[in-house]
Amino acid sequence: MLTDITLGQFFPGESLIHKLDARIKILLTFVYMLITFICSNYFSLTITLCSVLFVIFLSKIPIKMYLKSMKMILFIILFTAIINFFSGNGEPIFQWGIFKITVDGINNSIFVSLRLTIIVLTSSILTFVTSPTDMADAIEHLMKPLSAFKINVHDIAMMMTIALRFVPTLLEEADKTMSAQKARGSDLESKNITKKAKALIPIFVPLFVSAFRRAYDLATAMECRCYKGGEGRTRMKILKIVPLDVFAVLFTLAIGIMVIISNTFYWRW
Amino acid sequence: MMTNFIETEDLKFKYSDDVNEKNVLDGISISIKKGEFLTVLGHNASGKSTLAKHFNVLLLPFGGKVFVNGIDTKNESELYEIRRMVGLVLQNPDNQIVASIVEEDVAFGPENLGVKPKEIRERVDEALKSVDMYEHRNSATYKLSGGQKQRLAIAGILAMKPECIVLDEPTAMLDPVGRREVLDTLIKLNHESGITVILITHYMDEAINSDRVIIMNEGSVLLSGKPREVFKEVELLKKYSLDVPQSTELIHRLKLKGCNLPEGILSTDECVQALEHLLEDNKCQY
Ligand SMILES: Nc1ncnc2c1ncn2[C@@H]1O[C@H](COP(=O)(O)OP(=O)(O)OP(=O)(O)O)[C@@H](O)[C@H]1O
Ligand SMILES: [Mg+2]
Repeated sequence: MLTDITLGQFFPGESLIHKLDARIKILLTFVYMLITFICSNYFSLTITLCSVLFVIFLSKIPIKMYLKSMKMILFIILFTAIINFFSGNGEPIFQWGIFKITVDGINNSIFVSLRLTIIVLTSSILTFVTSPTDMADAIEHLMKPLSAFKINVHDIAMMMTIALRFVPTLLEEADKTMSAQKARGSDLESKNITKKAKALIPIFVPLFVSAFRRAYDLATAMECRCYKGGEGRTRMKILKIVPLDVFAVLFTLAIGIMVIISNTFYWRW
Repeated sequence: MMTNFIETEDLKFKYSDDVNEKNVLDGISISIKKGEFLTVLGHNASGKSTLAKHFNVLLLPFGGKVFVNGIDTKNESELYEIRRMVGLVLQNPDNQIVASIVEEDVAFGPENLGVKPKEIRERVDEALKSVDMYEHRNSATYKLSGGQKQRLAIAGILAMKPECIVLDEPTAMLDPVGRREVLDTLIKLNHESGITVILITHYMDEAINSDRVIIMNEGSVLLSGKPREVFKEVELLKKYSLDVPQSTELIHRLKLKGCNLPEGILSTDECVQALEHLLEDNKCQY
């Protein structure tokens, strides 16, 4: 089912993580990714993974949802893991033709998959606990400096909100169209790539047409509600840094420092 | 005394500049009173949507004039004030929701108007309560039912504190339950908050609660009056291939067959009553 895709989805809730300021959430997500990249041994990687799992626990969103978002990029993780597995340097433990397995390679592949996993998890946390409106608002704030270069930050943020808002609607529609085409005997399940590609055309064309109609309707609806761009617009929810946000920053910094310490005091792998 | 809220004077409009093209709206002069519940009926392509779009300046007349609360819609400086006063709800419930969360969507209108955050909050809560959606305020919008989505769209308009709501076939894509929900909401808003309601619909049965019905045909007004008076003209309506409410139709046919029944029956209840009377009278005869 296409509607299973959790991409960019938001799960409303009241958890501590939901309550964080969206700007802080975005910044901390980047910090976390950075931390993941500087991890140079299993110990520091474990610290990072545990802290991410802790945040997932705090978010009160079913683990199932996180697993679903993992599922989508499982292929990429596996692929990079395999590539790394066979491309380590050093003394091979096992060799067969050009394929050689080394300790280095094994370590590399585990390491890379864990890193990717952590990155997917952190970005999932961000979208799961931040409403698109807040996200757009935060991005608008964070990108403010860009308006110096005549970039209309508000428009970009508004486009993002609307795009995210229509993800579930369009997925549902694609799902329905697919069922309808299958009912007419379309070859969607075909193993033959060209046949499959051909079968996709009658799904994408109506989807495209309807997306344009929706866009036209939405533009009318926005005009009806007095939308006139970012100027003079106020917000119902004002982003505000509260002690909780400071705490989250300190927590992340603490994790970062622990990672740096364990990087310098432990052997690489 | 009710004052005129919307007035059109010999309104003419067409989408293309082609001289040979027929006018989509061909000389419409109507006035809509403050607090009125008006239903606009008419078959496909009779110009109902086009007329609705003139009420909140999505379109400007080609000939003639439209006044909203005494302001000419051609007056550009009042554009947003007119749009605030006259809210338009469209047919497809999916395509008019801007935000992913119910309360954020309702806040969209007042945010555009530059209302202070605290007041937006109050307006959003009030609007959601009056369409009975308050407990869903934190829900994801795509998970709502069709009827709930349309009520959300109405709340989004209400949060702008409008004087008038225009709804262009708001129930066309809903199931009977959703349709009832939306209609009840409109009746309540009209009665309790005195909001002017202009309902465009294909369902004759939705017209019977309104103060006045306008029937459009080929870009002009064919009939206008109280539902009872308008639906009396069964033959005329049929000539223009328009329907009447089912109960009216039934009574009309029975009358043609010579049954002694009163005129101007609209609702199912009235119809049942009239038929009961008829049956009792007949019993006495035999
Ligand atoms: N954007 C447009 N561009 C050109 N012509 C249009 C446009 N919108 C409507 N028309 C034409 O104007 C006429 C009246 O359309 P309108 O949508 O107002 O009718 P309607 O009474 O709302 O019909 P329906 O019951 O189908 O909604 C139709 O002939 C239609 O083809
Ligand atoms: Mg229409």
